[in-house]
Amino acid sequence: MSMAKNKLLATEPAPSGEALLGGKPAGASKERRVSVWKDVLAGIVSNKAALASAIFILLLAAIALVTKFFPQVLPYDPYAQNLSESLLGPSAQHWFGTDIQGRDIFCRVLVGTQITLTVGLAAVAISLFAGVLLGSVAGYKGGKWDTVIMRVMDMMLSIPSILLAIAIMAALGPGIEKAVVAIGLVAIPEYARIVRSEILSIKENDYVAAARVIGDSNAKIVFKHVLPNVLPSIIVRATLGISTAILDAAALGFLGLGVQPPAAEWGDMLGRGRNELFRAPWLMIFPGLAITLTVLAFNLLGDGIRDGLDPKARKR
Amino acid sequence: MSENVESQSAAPEQDVLLDVRHLTKRFAAETNFFGRATSYVQAVDDVSFQIRRGEAFGLVGESGCGKTTVGKMLVNLLAPTSGTIIFDGHDLTAMKRSERKRYCKDIQLIFQDPYASLNPRMRIGDIIAEPIITNNILPKDQVESRVDELLECVGLANYMRNRYPHEFSGGQRQRVGIARALAVNPKLIVCDEPVSALDVSIQAQVLNLLDDLKERFGLTYLFIAHGLNVVKHVSDRVGVMYLGKMMEIAPKKSLYADPLSPYTQALLSAIPSVDPAAKRERIILEGDVPSPIDPPAGCRFAGRCFAKVEGCDEVMPPLSEVKPDHCVACHRFDAGGPGAAVA
Repeated sequence: MSMAKNKLLATEPAPSGEALLGGKPAGASKERRVSVWKDVLAGIVSNKAALASAIFILLLAAIALVTKFFPQVLPYDPYAQNLSESLLGPSAQHWFGTDIQGRDIFCRVLVGTQITLTVGLAAVAISLFAGVLLGSVAGYKGGKWDTVIMRVMDMMLSIPSILLAIAIMAALGPGIEKAVVAIGLVAIPEYARIVRSEILSIKENDYVAAARVIGDSNAKIVFKHVLPNVLPSIIVRATLGISTAILDAAALGFLGLGVQPPAAEWGDMLGRGRNELFRAPWLMIFPGLAITLTVLAFNLLGDGIRDGLDPKARKR
Repeated sequence: MSENVESQSAAPEQDVLLDVRHLTKRFAAETNFFGRATSYVQAVDDVSFQIRRGEAFGLVGESGCGKTTVGKMLVNLLAPTSGTIIFDGHDLTAMKRSERKRYCKDIQLIFQDPYASLNPRMRIGDIIAEPIITNNILPKDQVESRVDELLECVGLANYMRNRYPHEFSGGQRQRVGIARALAVNPKLIVCDEPVSALDVSIQAQVLNLLDDLKERFGLTYLFIAHGLNVVKHVSDRVGVMYLGKMMEIAPKKSLYADPLSPYTQALLSAIPSVDPAAKRERIILEGDVPSPIDPPAGCRFAGRCFAKVEGCDEVMPPLSEVKPDHCVACHRFDAGGPGAAVA
């Protein structure tokens, strides 16, 4: 859109009062038809924190891909032990220092991006999909559907999530893929509850009744009128969920159920570094920083996306 | 009661578009342990009326009298407990759900609250286009020009198509709601208190718009309102409801000049006068509307009626035609009834 047109739009009389048929701007009838994705993009770009977060997350993704497919760019082998260089502090050779087996922590943090991002996104995808589906059915259909689904969710919530994850892992066996499934399953009730409660209030709105009067099918009403209005809370929850998933994966790894050595994973590195906290604090500081920054970036990005989706929050 | 209702249209079957017979809606008020209802709210109780093609029928009554419930049953938002709705010669209540859907688009609804009836995440143009697309009324490439046309019909400029509802005032939003209802070329539009949420100055504009559209597209309206003053401007005939019952149906002129039901008289006396010097006799009703759960056995209005006669507490008077086209449910006009002599 050209600047000139922007100006034109900005100087249009605000739609107040009822004098509506005033002169329309020339050529405005073929005006912008903007997609939702452009709105989201605009929301992110106009929000500096969200933009920085998006760049940071893209950078992480790039690191994960590069270290996966071109491991030769790394200065050290992240898995090779070198006991003569055990527990060295940060220096020009080893930026983040070395761990007890003498492995370079900088390289391990970079490689750890692969697992951390995969775990965070995949686990959230599982719980998001199942949670939204179950929550929508429970909230929109109501009645018996609601009772059955929500009582099962309550049962899952009544068990501490990490215990439940351990139980699921016990059934599935150790391994990072299984940890992802376990973490994803455990978080389903939270999503289902949020979606259900939002839908309960949204479906009472007149615009949902209007859609029914028009003749929309239930599926169309849910996807076009109900879920878009639930989206903001889901997005916020999902971005927080990515951080929870990363931390849960770390906890499972610490218990020996998640990643198996010598794989590099931030939570696992954090857990193992705990023993040397006072002797070699860099063992925990750098993976911890990586987790913190990643979690923060996902949260800020989530805020940006939510504002981009909300027509009222969007700046013109 | 039924024979009286049929006699309601003693006037030759003027092209009746909507014929509602013995429409009843009960809601469960309390349920027992097994989810079985133990008491009911009688929202609409045996209501019958007819709307002729091309007329505006006003439905008036105070809050909770069931007028909105009637409207919702007509547009298939609620299923009647019993009774029939005959629309354009088809019995909608006897239809299967899939069959009923085909007639849905012929009866459209304009909502009371323009702030709740538009999806905040959809652009105005998409809101108006949706019914056209859902019902396959026009090929895709013509939808946009039709939306422009509809916007123009309701007095909105077509460049507003890409705006969101929150950028509009209440009156403008209501215009969008009207355009959405018009989009499917309906035969009947149920206006559920379409102006009660608007400023008085804008009320008149929206009412005039509705009037113009009626002329232009040959629409038929069911106009629901809670005061007789708004209905006076738009309706040809008026029905007055009280506590789920139809109390009086009459042409507008006849109703305002000579209200027969004591309840209608009280409603009319409550319309504020423009002339402060005018001495009017206000009828102040005493007491409250009885609970619609287990409503009184006799006339619903008997408890507050100032013209009560013997028998009012025992039976609900049937709606009967007292003057040509003027029906009232009141024992005072009930030929052969307990209080016939009083009238």
